[in-house]
Amino acid sequence: MKVWLLQHRDAALLALRRMAGAPVNNLLSLLAIGVALALPAGGQMLVANTLHLAGTTSAAPQISIFMAAGVERRAATEIETRLARYGGVKQVQFLAREDTLARMKASGGLRDVIEALPANPFPDALVVTASDDRPEAMEKLAAEFRQWPKVEHVQLDSAWVRRLDALVRLGRTATLLLGALLGAGLIAICFSIIRMQILTYRSEIEVSELLGATDGFIQRPFLYYGVLLGLGGGAVAWLLVAAAAIWLRAPLGELARLYDLTLVLQMLDARDSALLLGLGSALGWLGAMISLKQHLRQFRSA
Amino acid sequence: MIRFDRVSKRYPPGLDALSDLSFEVAEREMVVLSGHSGAGKSTLLKLIAAMERPTGGAVLVGGQNVGGLPRPALPYLRRRIGMVFQDQKLLFDRNVFENVMLPLSIAGFPPRDAAQRVRAALDKVGLGSREKALPIMLSGGEQQRLAIARAVVGRPSLLLADEPTAHLDSETASDVARIFHEFHQVGVTVLIATYAGELFPSARTLRLDHGRLLA
Repeated sequence: MKVWLLQHRDAALLALRRMAGAPVNNLLSLLAIGVALALPAGGQMLVANTLHLAGTTSAAPQISIFMAAGVERRAATEIETRLARYGGVKQVQFLAREDTLARMKASGGLRDVIEALPANPFPDALVVTASDDRPEAMEKLAAEFRQWPKVEHVQLDSAWVRRLDALVRLGRTATLLLGALLGAGLIAICFSIIRMQILTYRSEIEVSELLGATDGFIQRPFLYYGVLLGLGGGAVAWLLVAAAAIWLRAPLGELARLYDLTLVLQMLDARDSALLLGLGSALGWLGAMISLKQHLRQFRSA
Repeated sequence: MIRFDRVSKRYPPGLDALSDLSFEVAEREMVVLSGHSGAGKSTLLKLIAAMERPTGGAVLVGGQNVGGLPRPALPYLRRRIGMVFQDQKLLFDRNVFENVMLPLSIAGFPPRDAAQRVRAALDKVGLGSREKALPIMLSGGEQQRLAIARAVVGRPSLLLADEPTAHLDSETASDVARIFHEFHQVGVTVLIATYAGELFPSARTLRLDHGRLLA
């Protein structure tokens, strides 16, 4: 067990030494891998920020229920109590028609129009916040409310929920797609770098085999090399994304303020950072493994 | 220790390197393989270390048929054999110490014991003071002695050498021959392929001619 650990340590050190032996080449490789990984990582950062923004603006999707015009107040209060006991309803707010009229009058632009009308045009209304705010669940609730007596109109405030939902889903899909493509790119980069490494250390591989090295012993430093490439590339990607976040923070914040939103662009969180570094390492290892399987065999039959 | 039983080796397209070869080498014996260039000396050594496989017959090393060993078993066979290659196969980007250390790292020796063994092997071949030198800085004779140190550092019971004195002046050559004699005296079975059989007067000689053994 101890020997096994020592051999791993030696292989890792050897990989590091080989990497340090060609600093310019390896820095450029790391940069290439870093740029490739920075795109999906940046996408993930934007998706996470969009979700964060949606969460903090507190404009939780709501269902508005308008009573038929001319029904008594009692009908509305009945519906209110019914709603309060209804499963899936988190909160109910009653808007009396007089209050609505007063609020509309107060809000400037509409005052003249409203005053010109002979009677209060607004019905009593109830605003429902659902406990489950997924669009499908909201849709279902609204459909049920529509069946209720003396309810004239139920408006599902879902357009924006849907838009945001679609946007986030699109962002997620794009990030995944980019991640898959550029992950494959990373494997390809590692594959050819390890191929060069195998050619460079050909004599060492040959001698080690003749001195009784197992395949594991021979492959180990190359696999560590692949992992180091992936891990280093992941770190470069993290730095690139962090730099972009810092750079974009001020202009984006300003843009958001014009829409009355507060937006402080967040960097990748711990989970996403760990995922980036972990996936980078794993893909580097995979590229190296495929390259070893391919080239060591060729090298033996040669 | 070694037994060849009607061994032949044919390379495509029909070139017979060895044909119908039978002999035995006893434990603790020292044997010289002689013969003209292309007589099959190197091929014979490669068959013992399973670097090549026979096309006919059986090669037994310590009772084990090495021609039939599966690939994953080869490393463990080779760790029991010390080999000095014709082209030495030193690693020129590693220093003298690291070159000799390699077989021990491969075998998974604890580093402290390994370093002691490496120093002992280097002292044995007279390179004790050149630990940090790169092979390129060594003379031809020193490189050969380095190759020998690497072959014996794992304390193998069998030592194979392919032309270990070629390209060496006569004084250096007899120096190298003396080292082989010393290993033989401490109980190592030694098999040397060489033109210079006169350097090993106490050894039994096997003479090869066009892949056949001459009586």
